[in-house]
Amino acid sequence: MAIAEQDGNASGYAAPETNYINNGYGLKSWLLTKDHKRIAVLYMISISIFFAVGGLFAGLIRLELLTPQGDFSHSDTYNKLFTMHGVVMIFFFLVPSIPATLGNFLVPIMIGAKDLAFPRINLLSWYVYIIGGTLGVIGILAGGVDTGWTFYTPYSSTYSNSNVLIVAFAGFLAGFSSILTGLNFIVTIHTMRAPGMTWFRLPLFIWAHYATSIIMLLGTPVIAITLVLMMLERAFGFGFFDPRLGGDPVLFQHLFWFYSHPAVYIMILPSMGVMSEMIACISRKRVFGYEFVAFSSVAIAILGFLVWGHHMFLSSQSTYAGMVFSVITFLVAVPSAIKTFNWTATMYKGSIVYNTPMYYVMGYLGLFLVGGLTGLFLSNMGLDIHLHDTYFIVAHFHYIMVGGQVMGYLGGMHFWWPKISGKMYPEALGKASAVLVFLGFNLTFFPQFVLGYMGMPRRYHSYPDEFQILNVASTGGASVLALGYLLPGIYLIWSIFKGANAPQNPWGAKGLEWEVADTPPTTFNFESTPVVTEEAYQYGPIEEH
Amino acid sequence: MAADHVDHHEHHPHGLAHQFEDMAQQKESVLLGMWSFLITEVLFFSGYFLTYLVYRTQYPVAFAEGSHELDITMGAFNTVVLILSSLTMAMAVHKSHEGSKNGTLGYLIATFILGGVFLCVKYVEYSAKFEHGLVPGLAWHPHGEHSPQLALFFSLYFGMTGMHALHMIIGAGLLIWLLVKTAKGTYTAEYNAPIEVFGLYWHFVDIVWIFLFPLLYLLGRH
Repeated sequence: MAIAEQDGNASGYAAPETNYINNGYGLKSWLLTKDHKRIAVLYMISISIFFAVGGLFAGLIRLELLTPQGDFSHSDTYNKLFTMHGVVMIFFFLVPSIPATLGNFLVPIMIGAKDLAFPRINLLSWYVYIIGGTLGVIGILAGGVDTGWTFYTPYSSTYSNSNVLIVAFAGFLAGFSSILTGLNFIVTIHTMRAPGMTWFRLPLFIWAHYATSIIMLLGTPVIAITLVLMMLERAFGFGFFDPRLGGDPVLFQHLFWFYSHPAVYIMILPSMGVMSEMIACISRKRVFGYEFVAFSSVAIAILGFLVWGHHMFLSSQSTYAGMVFSVITFLVAVPSAIKTFNWTATMYKGSIVYNTPMYYVMGYLGLFLVGGLTGLFLSNMGLDIHLHDTYFIVAHFHYIMVGGQVMGYLGGMHFWWPKISGKMYPEALGKASAVLVFLGFNLTFFPQFVLGYMGMPRRYHSYPDEFQILNVASTGGASVLALGYLLPGIYLIWSIFKGANAPQNPWGAKGLEWEVADTPPTTFNFESTPVVTEEAYQYGPIEEH
Repeated sequence: MAADHVDHHEHHPHGLAHQFEDMAQQKESVLLGMWSFLITEVLFFSGYFLTYLVYRTQYPVAFAEGSHELDITMGAFNTVVLILSSLTMAMAVHKSHEGSKNGTLGYLIATFILGGVFLCVKYVEYSAKFEHGLVPGLAWHPHGEHSPQLALFFSLYFGMTGMHALHMIIGAGLLIWLLVKTAKGTYTAEYNAPIEVFGLYWHFVDIVWIFLFPLLYLLGRH
């Protein structure tokens, strides 16, 4: 990208004295900030805490499943453990993970804007998220909730004796905060692009976030109203899904999955954007078939709204409806495959650098491939009857949501860490953690495919003896995975204090955030509005310095 | 690399937020933001409308009975009140474009009063439902053979009109804020996007009622 530069060239980079980090100290300057970069950091800290909480619940689940007997926790406690693992991880970690952190930080810089269109709404979204998170924690401390993260009626609305109301309301608030983030991104991408930054010059990260924002805007209000209906029924005895009044509990499932299936793509599309950026930079090539990768994001967002019925093949849905949903679900594989093939084609004959982000890219491609292909097993109505509600499902969505989104999150966090913190992370430890995560992840979840295929149902705290070996493997893998997640947490914080100062563009990457913005960026990102004169990813051979 | 710059704005127009280049960009962003928000609102209410559609199709007789229990006079009166308030709101936006502070203020006050009238009438209607035992879960006295399905109808009635009323209350709160700002003279012929954007919200809330009124009060009534 040939871009107007203010002064000097890349070599002998002198960082500006004032940047967004040291421009104002004290708690107030952070908690009342309107700077998208600071809000991104606030989000980063808060979602890391929730990731740890959700991970703790996952650890307790795996501990229980170490033995066939339900000896570690009562079945009631176990129900709460998996519910709270799901609620915390989905509403408070996965949905905001990349958009609210990397997205918040990078979207304005990548398009050449000073900030998001609505900085105050951006800050509001963080506060709404924090209030929701606090309510969620209160609900957990008050005894937790046991409905499953799906809050299916009539159990949630009538029979459960746990803290459904407060936790559901926490989920409602988390959804509201993601609506605000999505709205901000859509408006910003439409109206705040720098001169010359046409739609087809946008980095693919932006396209992915645009598609994600569409889902946030169109899907999230539906889960919000669905939770409201359920809460009204539970709190006041209104009837919406109550069979005693002629209401239909399955209607709740339709409404719920109308959001929650598209939400699955909220939990994968942003990481696809991260991958496009990293693969182009690391292969020193323009992303193969840029337009196709861009439009495949939008296609996934649109198709995502038409497949909710595949969660309900066994919920009294007609065979014909099931067939339609099955076919459309298969169609989702097309844009997903376009992306995977195009990334691979980008790397083909590229000058690949094997650094930490590259390790995450390779891990991601493998895990996403397995997760995506097993999705096709499940979209097959006949096979789904066998696999429904087994560990096969659990393994499948973890491969996508954890193997996809978390790999993208961690990879992107390493890739942009120099820009965000102004420091370099230790490369050797970075690679080690990427390998640990990949091995630990596969060891945890691959056995679950086998378990599910053999018929082990999800959401039970005991199981027949013959499943034990695979469950022990899975629990062992979870320990490795935990170590892999813990490491970056430690050395990234270490690097803030002890790491080497990062140059403006350590990877020689293209894009406004690397070539024009300082490291770390100044409060308004650019001294003067940049002018873009080239398409994205115009990589040449690596320059000798 | 090209070395051309876009010059910084030397002067800073009144009301222009720091992240925008000029007033046009700000206005475009703010309007697009509100339209996007209204799209989420449409989807938010769609959950109610879908539920209504499903149960109305399943239980047409009970729903017709439910319509007969509602006070059509008050409903129709409120419809007129809301349409009038949309008119005054549109006039307020028009006046703010002209830069007429007093005109804007007057029409905003009229809008606020009409919104208040709507909510008062709604309160009277709700109270009557409590007296007649037509509130599912809270005050429900069984009514005839379709009683359970009638409870579905009234759950929807309170859910839908309640959510609409909540939007009206939020709207009234925002109106107070706009009134204060207008009185202070914050808005000019150049900078009046908040009023215009609020107008969009207000019209949206009206349109929701335009759908609610026939669905709840009129359908099935002969």
